[in-house]
Amino acid sequence: MSVEAKRSPAAYRLRRLIGNIGFGFSVLVLISPAILFFLWMLSLSFKNELDNTDWPPVFIPESPTLDNYREVFARNDFLRFAWNSIVVSFGATGIALLIGVPAGYGIAKMHAMRAAALILIARITPGLSYLIPLFLLFQWLGMTGSLTPIVITHLVITVPIVVWVMISFFEGLPPELEEAALVDGATIWQAFRYVAMPLARPGITVATILSFIFSWNNFIFAMVLAGRETRTLPVAVNNMLTFEQIAWGPLSAAALLVTAPVLILTLVAQKQIVAGLTAGGVKGA
Amino acid sequence: MQQADTIAAAAPPRAARARNYARRYGWFIVPAAVVVLAVIIFPWIFTLYVSAHDWHLGGERRWVGLDNYIKLFSDSRFGWAMLRTLFYTLLAVIFPMVLGLAAALAFNRKFPLRGLARTIFILPMMATPVAVALVWTMTFHPQLGVLNWLLAQVGLPPSMWVYSTNTVIPTLVLIEVWHWTPLVMLLILGGLASLPIDPYEAAKIDGANGWQAFRHITLPLLMPFIVVALIIRCIDALKAFDTIYVITQGGPGSASETINIFLYLQAFAFYNVGYASAVVVVFFVIIMALAALLLWTRQRVKMT
Repeated sequence: MSVEAKRSPAAYRLRRLIGNIGFGFSVLVLISPAILFFLWMLSLSFKNELDNTDWPPVFIPESPTLDNYREVFARNDFLRFAWNSIVVSFGATGIALLIGVPAGYGIAKMHAMRAAALILIARITPGLSYLIPLFLLFQWLGMTGSLTPIVITHLVITVPIVVWVMISFFEGLPPELEEAALVDGATIWQAFRYVAMPLARPGITVATILSFIFSWNNFIFAMVLAGRETRTLPVAVNNMLTFEQIAWGPLSAAALLVTAPVLILTLVAQKQIVAGLTAGGVKGA
Repeated sequence: MQQADTIAAAAPPRAARARNYARRYGWFIVPAAVVVLAVIIFPWIFTLYVSAHDWHLGGERRWVGLDNYIKLFSDSRFGWAMLRTLFYTLLAVIFPMVLGLAAALAFNRKFPLRGLARTIFILPMMATPVAVALVWTMTFHPQLGVLNWLLAQVGLPPSMWVYSTNTVIPTLVLIEVWHWTPLVMLLILGGLASLPIDPYEAAKIDGANGWQAFRHITLPLLMPFIVVALIIRCIDALKAFDTIYVITQGGPGSASETINIFLYLQAFAFYNVGYASAVVVVFFVIIMALAALLLWTRQRVKMT
């Protein structure tokens, strides 16, 4: 390459330019499925039924409409389901943080590899496999029909995420500061509460975001356990499909509303999510 | 130092003290342990118990020992579900791995708007699977779907997508690839960021070209990260449920009935929870065996 550059700088520059254009084009190819999909989702949600079923497809509507969104809010108890989703996701994330952050600390301090391995196994087991025993248990306890069993089952997802992320964060903290606190007469609880936990705040943020997103996105637990009143958003939006096969506009509007909080969170907290997923993943094996 | 010494002198012998500390840290784990015991360990054990019964929801139950397992291995529907899962997993691992590696190499280069491009690229991974699956369903519509319009634009014949037994699994894999390639990309990108620079400089001096440097430096150094991504991808692909259930529920016919769908139908459509529990146990064993195999591979890769 360098020999060639000496021979003819213009040709070298041209080759570099072509290379850069080719690279830019491949990046565009890589991200276009994501862009096009979400734009199409947006487009469907702002078009009336006529435009949505037109051929060739209408991409940018001449008269965009908010009717689809109005319909979603008007008809489907959407706000109730949204509230259910909020209660479940915040509840499951909150409980997981409360018990998972100390547990991550304990496991990191004790180098309890077996406990860590158990958490890992819990993370890779399919969610569906927990459903049968828990379903039988809730039925036996007469707990079906409220949000409590859904929150409890979501702990299956959130607790392993929080514990796993926190183990890797606490392991990465320098032990000197806590040791200094212990030498100064702090109890280990105080060392955890006032020294380690403030230092691990970025880790707690990561754990919170990931656990919230995966709980929000979860479908199967609520689908089996929820009654008519206790559906979460993914279940509610799936039911819309079953009953209104071809109403594309409202369906897209609802789908967009369901996933919007997560997408916005991803845009805002992209750095933390990437850190959490890669740390968790790389540490995960 | 002085202070530490006096404390050490006053405290019990080192080993005993360490054990003592470890026990006190144990209290931090207790609340989580209780919850894990209740929602994770208990279901595992109870599943084993249920799997030894002929147990129908709302009906009677009878101890049958290993009969469910015996029945399972002669059930051709389960056999087909296994084969389909294998086919699905194979496709849903290969494509995201190749694309994810390529994407990681691209995003490892500096270019304008890289941060934005990367954010857009990872959006599919975080999007709610059910919501996404519904919109995909609309794009698959044979007459009115936008995908067949796109095919027509490039001169290809329309496809039946999820509505034909021949194309349903590749189509579902397409969504899986769209969904999970970003995670592979992130895991490998993390590895690329940690690579040392020295070998590349040495290779440059020795006159290696870009491909040679990739083949003989990047790829070997990246191997541990690729294997981790492979492990995670294999397990996630085996576990795929939401998208398949929402779009096809195993259909048309049973053309996309993977183990997970089979399991769901047995338990919550036929209320045959005893039989379904046996499926869970077998599925669990398969996943653990796969994870162990891949971990073992990783250890070997690390050593060489």
